[in-house]
Amino acid sequence: MRVVVQEDPFDLGEETNRFATAQSASGAVVTFSGIVRDVSAGLKAMHIEHYPGMTERALMEIARTAIDRWSLEDVLAIHRYGTLKPGEQIMMVATAARHRKDAFEAAEYLMDYLKSRAPFWKREQSGSGEEWVASRAEDEAALNRW
Amino acid sequence: MDILYFAWVRERIGIPKERVTSEAETVMDLVAELRAREDRYAAAFEDLTALRVAVDQELADFDAPLAGVREVAFFPPMTGG
Repeated sequence: MRVVVQEDPFDLGEETNRFATAQSASGAVVTFSGIVRDVSAGLKAMHIEHYPGMTERALMEIARTAIDRWSLEDVLAIHRYGTLKPGEQIMMVATAARHRKDAFEAAEYLMDYLKSRAPFWKREQSGSGEEWVASRAEDEAALNRW
Repeated sequence: MDILYFAWVRERIGIPKERVTSEAETVMDLVAELRAREDRYAAAFEDLTALRVAVDQELADFDAPLAGVREVAFFPPMTGG
């Protein structure tokens, strides 16, 4: 299990390769990466604030729960903070399991929890100013399925 | 104990962190103390349904006890991922 919280960009291909080739007992590796999208064609930057200390703890806890529940061989979670431009990768998760169903489900679980239970806050900067991104009721509701 | 503020809570109060001496028994008691301080605190804590709290870096409820606690953080619902 590896959890990384960093300001710098990461190399999705390199991280995925390293993760996949490190597994020996897994028949399935699933990766997901989140990218800064320019919803209204006016986004200049996304600023991500986090709670140093708690962020790492929360991510470890979420990853550990996923490992136990889906008997994963391994989990990788990388999440950036700071100022990001549209098109940049914000985060990634990777899961390794014996079978793909567990790897897919665990990746979805990680994403759902990362969205609402890891202490990150996004602020969008556009031509008209800056605004904190509001949490969405459906993101909170998504936790209920687990 | 240390009190931390994040996102718009930090902006409204104007500081990211402060050390307070408090006799508050619960988070709610602490919120009442802070609200009574100044308008900017009252504004930040106006609607508690818009806020989340972490006690010693674990998410908690507003009725959580504060005995022995070193760090309390207030922030809006998280928007990670």
